[in-house]
Amino acid sequence: MSKSQFVLERSGLEQLLQALKNEGYVTLGPTVRERAIVFGELHTLEDLPVGLKDWQEGGTYRLEPRADPALFGYNVGPQSPKQFLHPPLLRLLRASKTAQGFEIVSETEPLPKYAFFGLRACELQAIQIQDQVFLGGPYQDSHYKARREQVLILAVNCTQAGNACFCTSMNSGPKARAGFDLALTEVLEGDRHYFVGAVGSGAGARLLNQIAHRPASEREWNQAEALVDQTARNMGRGLNTEGLKELLYQNLDHPRWEEVAGRCLSCGNCTQVCPTCFCTSVEDHTDLTGQIAERTRHWDSCFTADFSYLHGGNVRVSTRARYRQWLTHKLATWQDQFGSLGCVGCGRCITWCPVGIDLTEEVAAMGGVHVQNQP
Amino acid sequence: MNACRLPGFAYWTYMVNLISHTPGLDPMLPRPFRVARAIRETADVVTLELEAPAGPPLRFDPGQFTMLYVFGVGEVPISISGDARKPERLVHTIRSVGLATEALCMLRKGGVVGVRGPFGSRWPMEQARGGDVVVVAGGIGLPPLRPVIYHILHHRKDYGRVYLLYGARTPSDLLFTEELKRWQHTLSHAPGASPVLVTVDRAEGSWDGAVGMVTSLIPNLRLDPAHTTAMIVGPEVMMRFTIAELRKRGIPEARLYLSVERNMKCAVGFCGRCQLGLQFVCKDGPVFAFSQVRNWMTQKEV
Ligand SMILES: Cc1cc2nc3c(=O)[nH]c(=O)nc-3n(C[C@H](O)[C@H](O)[C@H](O)COP(=O)(O)OP(=O)(O)OC[C@H]3O[C@@H](n4cnc5c(N)ncnc54)[C@H](O)[C@@H]3O)c2cc1C
Ligand code: SF4
Ligand code: SF4
Ligand code: FES
Repeated sequence: MSKSQFVLERSGLEQLLQALKNEGYVTLGPTVRERAIVFGELHTLEDLPVGLKDWQEGGTYRLEPRADPALFGYNVGPQSPKQFLHPPLLRLLRASKTAQGFEIVSETEPLPKYAFFGLRACELQAIQIQDQVFLGGPYQDSHYKARREQVLILAVNCTQAGNACFCTSMNSGPKARAGFDLALTEVLEGDRHYFVGAVGSGAGARLLNQIAHRPASEREWNQAEALVDQTARNMGRGLNTEGLKELLYQNLDHPRWEEVAGRCLSCGNCTQVCPTCFCTSVEDHTDLTGQIAERTRHWDSCFTADFSYLHGGNVRVSTRARYRQWLTHKLATWQDQFGSLGCVGCGRCITWCPVGIDLTEEVAAMGGVHVQNQP
Repeated sequence: MNACRLPGFAYWTYMVNLISHTPGLDPMLPRPFRVARAIRETADVVTLELEAPAGPPLRFDPGQFTMLYVFGVGEVPISISGDARKPERLVHTIRSVGLATEALCMLRKGGVVGVRGPFGSRWPMEQARGGDVVVVAGGIGLPPLRPVIYHILHHRKDYGRVYLLYGARTPSDLLFTEELKRWQHTLSHAPGASPVLVTVDRAEGSWDGAVGMVTSLIPNLRLDPAHTTAMIVGPEVMMRFTIAELRKRGIPEARLYLSVERNMKCAVGFCGRCQLGLQFVCKDGPVFAFSQVRNWMTQKEV
């Protein structure tokens, strides 16, 4: 076995968490709050959703007990690292009034360093996609960059697939392939509970050296691989990406858009939970004295009324047009804009849609007619 | 800051108590400029000439825009309407239509505006050389095209016949009327030619000029269609009709350029609002060859 493949016991994982805290990281990972798994600060492994699993379906999310004490026996919750790297509400600017006009007040308070504990493969891919949006163009978003540069990532490979998951279709999971410092697979075998890991970076290797670990045996490694392979075969959903862009470009007038608009509430939940959606709005405020002005940026959504507002009216008035913008952006125009799909197959938009609209179904419905249209 | 103590499901509206910030410099930070002169053009249009109190002037190319910020009010995209050869005065012409534009139009000499930019693509001044040029402006579409006229005037010999077709609502809405008169001579390619053609939707007062749509001026232009470049700014419907009319004259699609307006909150590709199909109007536009946006502009509600 390669030296970089190792095994941690549960106690070693606890040491890893403490080592991150000692290095000054804010350790963020899955925690249970308000009957959902969301990111919270982990102080010990006990803060994880130990022995819980999630049940996800279109419009449905439920936590249930597991038969075992797994630490990572669930899939993704409504939040993603986007919550921290691209914060929902951010101050862009603070300015104070002067006799001559105004001057910009600089921000001095340092940013926290985040360590993500237990990110899934699809979330790693979502980070790479947002990297492309915020760092890959002619301008770099310094807010994203400052947060992103100090991030440390401990990935966890999925050993069960959710009902709404389709990462294998999107080529993003269930195994973390890149973009992590350390990656683990949780193995529960009778009385044994251990984590088979791989090192993804120099920072990961240095961390590993601070904690109790041992090389993985071939059997342990194979066991972990088998669990991930089995996950890949059990995806709750699928999406055919071959010719997907052309399919959508050729069907901008498909009657299905009208049909889905009849169900869609235009609430924007899908865009808020989506780990790649990046759109924002900006607001200006002044304090009561009018001396200090602030500009804040907050997450917005192509489903909101004023997203496309131009003096005199909105460009996208109908829900049909908004849903079409969302879906064609995720799956088609994103490819032309950023060279990849804008979807990682995490299924969040399906689970958190109040009426359970499922993009894989919508694409399939359009594909059906598209095929018939062919001579 | 305790970012990790979030409430459960993060509807963004529930999160206003949690403001993140970032220390340091970034492309979203404006640079303060001072108003050197404010010129009232019409009842609702003002031209602001800005100067940088510190640092170098802002160099730009015809077609580019900036984001103008008014303290505490807002920030909006406005095209640069000045001469690219005289960057020490950064000129914008603004129509008051809402909160931010109204505040901009109320600024007086000495006032301060935040400026970011210049952003966006340019008019095809190089590609247009050696042929005829048709500039078509509707309403507040003229200011974004004024840098084109200045450029042509500086390099008049590089271009053939040049026409400026300009439509406004009423005679009192006409912008840059003194310059329009001068351009009638300076833009001319031959004695007696009238390169500046103006029309209004509604005649008023002593108006004895043309009444009707700018598109009605196109059929009678004398030009060499295969070697003509058109540059168009106006309301989207007006641009569609103008393109159709120019196509009828046989101007190749690849020589039709237009400047597109979309909601913009960042101008640098981060806010996602300016998308027009696969294009980001802020960084891929606002000036596009028609062929780049045809498939999207001919769809409703893209
Ligand atoms: C590339 C570009 C160049 C422009 N050049 C000029 C120019 O030279 N002169 C000029 O007078 N106007 C120009 N505009 C239009 C100008 O930006 C809008 O009139 C302005 O944003 C309206 O803002 P408001 O706050 O006054 O109006 P409100 O109606 O209060 O608008 C609220 C918000 O909606 C958005 N918005 C509304 N209308 C528009 C619009 N037409 N375009 C983009 N965003 C809009 C803005 O974010 C604005 O802050 C340009 C627009 C673009 C995209
Ligand atoms: S579009 Fe849906 S499935 Fe795809 S990444 Fe976004 S939330 Fe996940
Ligand atoms: S789908 Fe909509 S909200 Fe998401 S990134 Fe695209 S335009 Fe923005
Ligand atoms: S204006 Fe923000 S992405 Fe274009």
